[in-house]
Amino acid sequence: MPGTIDEIPITPINTTNSTAVKTGGWRAFRPICDTDKCIKCWSCWKFCPDVSIAIGEDGPIYDYDHCKGCGICANVCPVKCIEMIPENK
Amino acid sequence: MIEIRFHGRGGQGAVVASKVLADAAFRENNDVQAFPYFGVERRGAPVTAFTKIDDRHIRNKAMIYEPDYVIILEASLISAVNVTEGLKDNGLVLVNTKDDPDEMAKRLGVKRAACIDATQVAIDNKLGSKFQPIVNTAIVGAFSSVSGVVKKESVVNAILALPRYAERNAQAARDAYDQVRISGGA
Amino acid sequence: MVKELLTGNKATAYGAMLARAQVIPAYPITPQTTIVERIADLISEGRMETKFVKVESEHSAMAAAVAASNTGARAFTATSSHGLALMHEVLIWAAGARTPVVVVNVNRALGPPWSVWADHQDAMAQRDTGILQFWCENNQEILDTVIMAHKVAEDPDIMLPALINQDAFFLSHTSEPVDVPDQKMVDDFLPPFNPKEKLDVDDPKGFGSLVMPPQYMEFRANMARSMDRARDLIRKVDKEWEGLTGRSYGGMMDMYRCEDAESILFGAGTMMSTAKDVVDDMRNEGRKVGIARLRIFRPFPVDEIRYLADSVKAIGVMDRTYTFGQGGPLYNEVNAQLYNHTNQPFTKNYVIGVGGRDVVPRHIRSLFDDLEKVRENGYGEEGEIHWWGLLDGKTPREEM
Repeated sequence: MPGTIDEIPITPINTTNSTAVKTGGWRAFRPICDTDKCIKCWSCWKFCPDVSIAIGEDGPIYDYDHCKGCGICANVCPVKCIEMIPENK
Repeated sequence: MIEIRFHGRGGQGAVVASKVLADAAFRENNDVQAFPYFGVERRGAPVTAFTKIDDRHIRNKAMIYEPDYVIILEASLISAVNVTEGLKDNGLVLVNTKDDPDEMAKRLGVKRAACIDATQVAIDNKLGSKFQPIVNTAIVGAFSSVSGVVKKESVVNAILALPRYAERNAQAARDAYDQVRISGGA
Repeated sequence: MVKELLTGNKATAYGAMLARAQVIPAYPITPQTTIVERIADLISEGRMETKFVKVESEHSAMAAAVAASNTGARAFTATSSHGLALMHEVLIWAAGARTPVVVVNVNRALGPPWSVWADHQDAMAQRDTGILQFWCENNQEILDTVIMAHKVAEDPDIMLPALINQDAFFLSHTSEPVDVPDQKMVDDFLPPFNPKEKLDVDDPKGFGSLVMPPQYMEFRANMARSMDRARDLIRKVDKEWEGLTGRSYGGMMDMYRCEDAESILFGAGTMMSTAKDVVDDMRNEGRKVGIARLRIFRPFPVDEIRYLADSVKAIGVMDRTYTFGQGGPLYNEVNAQLYNHTNQPFTKNYVIGVGGRDVVPRHIRSLFDDLEKVRENGYGEEGEIHWWGLLDGKTPREEM
């Protein structure tokens, strides 16, 4: 967003598409799916609050540019095939 | 400026009467104001309404305290409200009653009174119900006759602009115009 | 142009119709007035092409109006007293979002104790929201102001909501002759609302998103600039309207016989209309008196107050409400404008007509008399703030 009072728009709007704002860096834990155990129920896809899971052939495909590592997917997984791994490891 | 104060009960049409009278005067190229003073907005509660008429622009927005005319839509209000309060010395009181105007003038302690049985006129013209007749248009017709402030045709035209039962209301005004009696036999 | 007998409420509805309001969200129950009933009538009669949205509160009404305005629709709503108080949060939002919604408020007292009569607390309490405030003294002014307020509010350099005030009963329920302008003339005067930024699914943008401290202040300063710019625009629009209709409301302030006045009364609403009659009478008696009627409260008429300060000796400020703590709102504003001004006339505050108490010609005359007396002899027992006509057991009733 432009800075000075003469540059900012009169209406407070944000013209940047939110997909361009990469928020994956906020993540402390990264979800990893063991696709061998995945039953493709897509509960993770349904519950992801940041729309960061796509439906893949073998299981969830994570958008790590936007996933904030909240762990909801791991929590709702009925077969517990999603593990949260610390990012600094 | 000519100032008229109406006393009625909620639901009798005092507010509409003040507007019809204003509209009639407006049709004769006067500036006018018509407005109510509500205590509680309930059927049966005493309601006061005002009409101001002037050939100049009316800027005074205050209520009327020294009326030239007082119009009483329901005679029982005489004992409930100080209807003649502030009436000008040569002012006229018009009452909806069967009573004699000379006796009414004496009872009210005013120089001039006029009486019209607007209730009967309303019933005859099927306005409202037998126990809740709508007397407002009849009384404005009577007012036109005794005051000369507005012409009968102007009152009738103002009534014909009302949304419902316009012709019956107009007839009530015409009837009351003819039947009203004024004190002193005038 | 057609002259019709209209109440303030009906004049408001006609104003919205002539301004071609596209979306009108409104709460229909008390303290709402017949404004929205008349609007509903006009829509059902096919005279208005407007989306009427019935909502569950005034807060929702304003929220819906803001959203409609965001999409580029001309939005309008009406309320009164507690309804305006409930809108407060969304008035701030409307101003910050730069959505030029026009709101007509029937000025009524706030409870408790319960009241439905004329009082200015409801509107004065919205002072700091960022909404433009117009004040009216008759029904013609209401109709005209609805149209003019849209033009001012929707200007690309302004883009702020507007509040139009009319006294309960003394205007809202009073029938007066009103010139109803031609639709064609209004259309030429007020082009369709076409904001630069609008909610559009084909061109998505984020509205109302977060800004960090380095930017929020600039947005607020921008609002302040728009408010300041509105002064000249209001004067210009008033002149343009006068050219079309012959009716001017004085631009930022309505000054009546102030030219060589020594004492003036300043105040808002219908009591100032009554006061003009009194000024004529007193002028005939040789008294140098005048009336300054508040036309615009936000932005405040700073130049006009200072212009008057250069010539008058005393300003009596009539407030139909009070800012509990110190002084009436208009009194405090007037004094604030005078502190950094070279010429400082004597000022005194009259709190009057609160809660619908009638202000009659006799009161206005008493205020002028009092103002001249205290200017010479000092404030006396009452002090600088005088609640006029209180039932104090000392003042004779006929002076109340």
